[in-house]
Amino acid sequence: MAIDEKLIEKVLLEREVADFLYREADLLDERRYDEWLDLLADDYHYSVPLRLNVRYDDVAERENTRACEVQWFDEDKSTVELRVAQLATGVHWAEEPVSRVSHLVTNVRLDRVELPEVEVSCRFLVYRNRVADETDFLVGRRRDTLRRTEDGWRVVKRHLLLDQSVLMAKNLSIFV
Amino acid sequence: MSTNTPEKQGLGPVSDLVDLGTGEISREIFVNEEIFRREMEHLFPRAWLFVGHASQVPNPGDYFSSQMGSDPVLLTRDDKGEIHVLLNSCRHRGMRVCRYDEGNTMQFTCPYHAWSYSIDGALVETPGDLHGVPQMKAAYDNKLRKKQWGLVHCPNIHVYKGLVFANWDPEAPSFEEYVGDFHWWLDNLADAFDGTEGATEVFRGVLKWRIKSNWKFVSENFLGDTYHGASTHASVEAVGIGPGGKGKRRHGERQDQGGFSKGRMKTSFRLGHGASDNLAYEVPYPEFAEPEMEEYFAAAWQKRAEKLRAEDRPLGGRGPATLFPNMSFAAGFPRSILVAHPISPTETEVWRWFIVDKDAPEFVREWLRHYYMRYGGPAGMTEQDDMENWDYATQASLGVVARRYPYNYQQGLGQELPSDLDRAVHSHHAIAGEVNARAFYRRWAEFTDNLSWPELEELAKTDDRATAVAPDALPEIGRREEDN
Ligand code: FES
Ligand SMILES: [Fe+2]
Repeated sequence: MAIDEKLIEKVLLEREVADFLYREADLLDERRYDEWLDLLADDYHYSVPLRLNVRYDDVAERENTRACEVQWFDEDKSTVELRVAQLATGVHWAEEPVSRVSHLVTNVRLDRVELPEVEVSCRFLVYRNRVADETDFLVGRRRDTLRRTEDGWRVVKRHLLLDQSVLMAKNLSIFV
Repeated sequence: MSTNTPEKQGLGPVSDLVDLGTGEISREIFVNEEIFRREMEHLFPRAWLFVGHASQVPNPGDYFSSQMGSDPVLLTRDDKGEIHVLLNSCRHRGMRVCRYDEGNTMQFTCPYHAWSYSIDGALVETPGDLHGVPQMKAAYDNKLRKKQWGLVHCPNIHVYKGLVFANWDPEAPSFEEYVGDFHWWLDNLADAFDGTEGATEVFRGVLKWRIKSNWKFVSENFLGDTYHGASTHASVEAVGIGPGGKGKRRHGERQDQGGFSKGRMKTSFRLGHGASDNLAYEVPYPEFAEPEMEEYFAAAWQKRAEKLRAEDRPLGGRGPATLFPNMSFAAGFPRSILVAHPISPTETEVWRWFIVDKDAPEFVREWLRHYYMRYGGPAGMTEQDDMENWDYATQASLGVVARRYPYNYQQGLGQELPSDLDRAVHSHHAIAGEVNARAFYRRWAEFTDNLSWPELEELAKTDDRATAVAPDALPEIGRREEDN
C-alpha cells in the first residue's frame, strides 16, 4: 500500500498541535503562569461570548453575544497579564486559598492549515475545586488560532463557547 | 439580643432582629428560611423592582425575560410601542409560556396545551390577554371568559428615562414617592455623561450568575459599604485596571483633585435607599491615557457642568448606590446596573447590565465595554473578590453557634449628619459609616413585617436620625485619614 505522505504530514501536525495544547493545560494546572504567558502571542485575543436561550430560528442572530456586545471575556494579552499579576498578590480572595484546577482538552482537530498559522478546534472540560465543596465544571467548545514561531507554537486567538447561559460558578477567576 | 433567636422563642416580627439602638442585626435575617419566605411574600411583591431597560425592547413585539422576586416576568413592547410586564406563567396549568431570554413575537403560545396570549392591541383589549384556545367549542362550549384568563398583567409600570420599574401591588405608592430625592442618583445613571437627559442605552448581553449568598449582602455592599474596598479589592488596586492606563487605579480618579475622598459623605434615605456619596461630592471624569477618551469626557464634563450649574444642580451623586431593595448601580466608572434576585436564603442570581451613552462614538463604546468587562461581573477583576466574601460570610453564618451572635453595624452610630435632601442624612465619614445599612434594614423590617401602606408611609414621613451637628462642621467631615 502506498504511503499517503500528505496524510502522515497532517497527522503529525495534528499530534504536534495537540501536544502543545496538553502542555499548555499542564502549565495552567501546575500554576506556572509566567511560562504559560510566554505561550501567548503578543497579539493574543481571547473572547468568550454569553450564551442566550433562544428560539431555533433565532440561533444565528441571537444565541451568542457578538464582538461589540457584552461577553464573559473579550481581552488582549495585557489584561491576561494583569490577571496573572492579581493572582500573585496573595490577596486576590477569589483564589485564596488557591483552587485545584484540571483542564481536559479533547476532540482536537485541525480545521485550517496555513502555516505558520493553524486553526484548531477542541472541546474542553475545566474542573475547579476549592475550599471544601465548591466545585465547578466549565464545559464547551474552543477554537484556537496558533502560530508557529522559532520558539515554538504561540496562541494568537482563542474563542471559547461555554455551555451555560447563567454561569453556575460564582466567578471566573481561573483561566478557562 | 443574642438569646432572642427564632429557634428559642419562635419567630416574632423581624424588627426584633434589627436593633438600631445598639447597631446589632441578627444573623438570622441572612439565613433563616421563614424570614426568606416573609421577604418573598411581603417585601418583593410590594416593592418597585427594576426589570430591564427600554433599549432592550426597542421594537413592537420585542421581549426580555426577567424576574421579580419569586416570579418570572416578561418585559414586552406592544404594537403601539407601550411597555408591559406580564407574569410568565400560563393561566391554565402554570407552564412558563416563554423560556427564551429575549426575542420578538406578538403572541406567546404555551407549549403545554397551546393557549396563546397576544400583545397585539388589534386582536385583544389588553396586551397579554388570552387570544387563542384550542378546541374552544369542544372544551369550553365557547363559554370560557378569555378576558379573565390573560397573562397576569403587572399593574404598575414606570419607565424612568429608559429604566423600567414595576410593582405588583395596586395600592403601592407612585414610583416618585417610593424613590424620593434618591432620584438624583437615578438621573446620573440614566442621563448621558454630558448631562443629556435619558440619552443612554444598555449594551446587549446581561451577565447572569449564581452565588451562594444571601441577596442582602449584595444590596448592602453597593448601598454604601465603601469600607470593604481597601481589603476586598486590594489585589485589583495593586495591579490597576483603571482608565488612566492599565497600571492605574481601578476607577482612575484624577489625582489633581487632591485625593479621593475629600468632602465625601454617604447619603442614607429613610425610604431605605442609600448611596456611597453625596450630591455635593464632585468627582470629575477620570484621566484617560487615550486622547479620544480624554477629549470625549473632557467635553462631556464641561457640557454637563454648565447645564447642571445653570439648573442650580450639584454635580455629584454617582454612587455606587442601591435602590431599595435589590437594584444596585454605579453611575460613573463603570456605569452599570446590578439586580440581586433572591433564590433561597443562601442563594442569589446576580444580573448585571452595562450602560453607555446612546451617541457615544465607536471608540468610546469599545473602550468602555472592555473596561466594564475587566472590572465587573464574575470575570471582572474587581467583582470576583466580592463574591468570595458574600458567599463565605453567608456560609459561615449558618452555624447554630454563629447564629447566636449578631453582626455589628455600629460605625458612626448616632453621628449621622443632616442633609438638604428630603428625609435623608449623611455619614460622619467618607469610608467608614454604616448609617446606610442601618436605614436599609429598618425599611427592610418594616416591609417584611407586612406593615400596611399607611403605616409604611407614616413611619417614613419624617427622618428621626439627623443629629444636631452644626452645619459649619461639615466641610471637615468625610476626610479620609490618608488624605491629611
Ligand atoms: S398550561 Fe398552558 S395551555 Fe395548559
Ligand atoms: Fe466590592
